[in-house]
Amino acid sequence: MTSINRRGLLAGLGALGAGACSDLHKNETAQDAFRTAEEWHRAGHRMLAGRERLAPEYAPHERSPDIRGNGSLTVDSPFYREQSASGFPAWRLAVSGLVRTPLSLSLEDIRALPQRTQITRHDCVEGWSAIAEWRGPQLGSVLDAAGLAPEANFIVFRCADELYGRAYYESIDLVDAYHPQTIIAHELNGAPLPEKNGAPLRMRIERHLGYKHAKYLTAIEAVASLDDIGAGKGGFWEDLAGYQWYAGI
Amino acid sequence: MKRHALSTRLWHWINAGALIILFMSGLTISNAHRSLYWGDYGFDPGDAWLNVMRFPGWLTLPARYNLAAARDWHNTAAWVFALGLLIIWVAMLANGHFRRDLATGQRDWRLGAWREALASHRSKGHDHARAPYNALQKIAYCAVFGLMLPLMVATGLAMSPGFEPAAPWLIDALGGRQSARSLHFITTWALVGFAIGHVLLTLISGPLRLIGTMLHGGTREGART
Repeated sequence: MTSINRRGLLAGLGALGAGACSDLHKNETAQDAFRTAEEWHRAGHRMLAGRERLAPEYAPHERSPDIRGNGSLTVDSPFYREQSASGFPAWRLAVSGLVRTPLSLSLEDIRALPQRTQITRHDCVEGWSAIAEWRGPQLGSVLDAAGLAPEANFIVFRCADELYGRAYYESIDLVDAYHPQTIIAHELNGAPLPEKNGAPLRMRIERHLGYKHAKYLTAIEAVASLDDIGAGKGGFWEDLAGYQWYAGI
Repeated sequence: MKRHALSTRLWHWINAGALIILFMSGLTISNAHRSLYWGDYGFDPGDAWLNVMRFPGWLTLPARYNLAAARDWHNTAAWVFALGLLIIWVAMLANGHFRRDLATGQRDWRLGAWREALASHRSKGHDHARAPYNALQKIAYCAVFGLMLPLMVATGLAMSPGFEPAAPWLIDALGGRQSARSLHFITTWALVGFAIGHVLLTLISGPLRLIGTMLHGGTREGART
């Protein structure tokens, strides 16, 4: 009996120790230090690279053979199935929130805007990278068409896909929103965006890791604060698992 | 005069703490995608030059897999490590520690000097806590300070998409983002190798005196204070 008890006690203590070490990151002081470090990284990058410096662009022969799909690989709804089969004729991108003229853009409207084509590298938070050509209008030109209100501080991206029963969303500040390489992509390597990569529309925000590049885009919303969006941390992975809102590192 | 300046002692222990956090949280980040590639891209484990083992929970921070928390630990400790490295380099150049004690001369690269170094380590009367560094120690410390530690900062920065637009030449010089990631991993283990040797030699050569010296400073050979 005693030996079992002792073993149980040891196992319990072991689990407690591992748990304490494992959860040290939830401590308030640790969280404050983490957020300060994140803010320093963001400020440092902005100071060194400015608002406009571009992420590297590659030649066509430097592209990778594929661009891996990650996270949501499709949207599980009859509407998406039907639209996907027919080239997304009824898909609309809403531009709303703190804008003078809310917009509702079809794919045709989006293709008619001035386009930017860029061969860039996609870096996933997991560590892998892929290189592909993306094409679409700059987010800045769409925001200008809608007329951003002076109170707007952030741009929120709403998505059609759900993960773990929650709607995917992301957000960026206005520096990233107006960065020349921030585009609403509808083409990948010269063809319409494949389903696994976010058809029909996804964001490219080239100075950030992949989870910021919202897929299956349905709406762009200008807001003053992120506090009332989702759980208030600025994005799906930020809310769900504590990922960093600034994903430039 | 103290054997170890206050700046050296403070940096030594703060840096040791930062490196342990960086190492353990880095293993969690490695577990997120356990393949290493050369060049700019890489996502298919079939194209990897190395598929890495999954590091067990007792070695990782946090112990339970949590990439977001590991990145918080890693990117926070990175500031302590990188700024510390910058400060200790400035201090070592300013107080003459580097030139006087660590910088290798022509004599240090001769086979004879290495044999002498090994022999002195074995001799009974050798005072490790006071003697100047021998050729092998100087070479090891120069490799760590001049090569490995700066390379960890450079390869770390090279993986950051927000930093890259500021210095795209750095990523090119390292052979692309995935090469930088591979070099970050390789240099980590080179540093682990150094740390193991460093601790073992301390334990062999009089741990109490040597660790004490790194705490209170000790005295330098020839100094009679």
